[in-house]
Amino acid sequence: MEKEFLKLFEIFIASALINNFVFTRFLGLCIFFGVTKRVETSVGMSITFTSVMMVSAALSWLVFNYIMVPLDLTFLKIVIFIGIIASFVQASDTIMRKVSPGLYYKLGVYLALISTNCIILAVPLINAGDKYSFIESITLGLGSGLGFALALIIMASIREKLELADVPKPFQGLPIAFVTTGLIALAFLGFSGIITQ
Amino acid sequence: MEMQARQKSTNYWSLVLIGIFKENAIFRLAISLCPAIAVTTGLKTGTLMGIAVVFVTVMVNITVSAIRAFIHPKIRIPIFMLIISGWVTVADLSMAAFARDAYKQMGLYIQLIVAFASILTRAEVFASKSKFVPSFFDGIGSGVGFMVALICISFFREFLGKGTLWGMEIIHARPLLIMLLPTGGFIATGLLMGFFNWIDIRFYGGKGAGGAGGH
Repeated sequence: MEKEFLKLFEIFIASALINNFVFTRFLGLCIFFGVTKRVETSVGMSITFTSVMMVSAALSWLVFNYIMVPLDLTFLKIVIFIGIIASFVQASDTIMRKVSPGLYYKLGVYLALISTNCIILAVPLINAGDKYSFIESITLGLGSGLGFALALIIMASIREKLELADVPKPFQGLPIAFVTTGLIALAFLGFSGIITQ
Repeated sequence: MEMQARQKSTNYWSLVLIGIFKENAIFRLAISLCPAIAVTTGLKTGTLMGIAVVFVTVMVNITVSAIRAFIHPKIRIPIFMLIISGWVTVADLSMAAFARDAYKQMGLYIQLIVAFASILTRAEVFASKSKFVPSFFDGIGSGVGFMVALICISFFREFLGKGTLWGMEIIHARPLLIMLLPTGGFIATGLLMGFFNWIDIRFYGGKGAGGAGGH
């Protein structure tokens, strides 16, 4: 029991800090550079992303282990996972609009962006590749979601300050954001020593 | 605007050139960045990734253009996604069969080509409204543009990080290890992007691409 808990904890820390989706795995970069101009937007984005990642990890685990593995369909995993995520996002979009319009107007804008995003698709693919159990899959979803949230919020806070800085013209906007991200990634390398096996 | 000029243009060569320079997915539009940085630690993986993307873009453009009359506008995006993921599966499985070693290094990222905005955009903006042959050249243009960017980044990263090119030793000096780390990927891309902006501002009087910031 204790060992299982320890493994979950390891997966959580590893996905949130050591293998942070943005800084070490380079996923979700387009979203990362797209929405981090304001702290407020990036907070909304991180909430939506974390919840979608957890639910899609759970759904795709069920489909993968109870439908695709018995029927020997695992080579179709890309097509099927995209389908699951897109239909789930569409469904939650519709439900949210009916059930809680307030929340819908806050988060709904981001929901539409999600279905074709690599960071969401990566979670089911990693789960399937590493043969994680159900709980482990959800933990990976939660960990990577929170890691992504951390990355977004750090970056947004820096970029709000960068607006005021005197950056050479060719480097304004994205190029300087890239260089800054590189430096944060360097700092995140320090986390790689946390878990030693 | 530019997109419309692009659709009207019948000169195939210019279609290809626009995709490579003017609307280069990585340096100008700043979309589809994720695998671009992940696989560029070596010239070989960078080039292979580029080839996979060219293949998928061209095939998707051709398929969409060929069946565009049968696609109902309301469900076009799911259909595009299905077509893209089908072709990505083909690329993924063939890469696994023919380039085993390189595939192990970048397995996940080949599968993630599905989520490339640059491919979906080309299908939506161009191929679904254009004839077969222009769609083919448009696919070549945007695919090769992506590949050129990858080759640029991976050239610098492998050369500075290992002192080798395509696995062959070129210089005998202590390498800059940082270029192989994630940090190096971000910084190299940032610097190259800034360099292309500088060219644009200095010689063409443009404003420089701050990046559309889409995904």
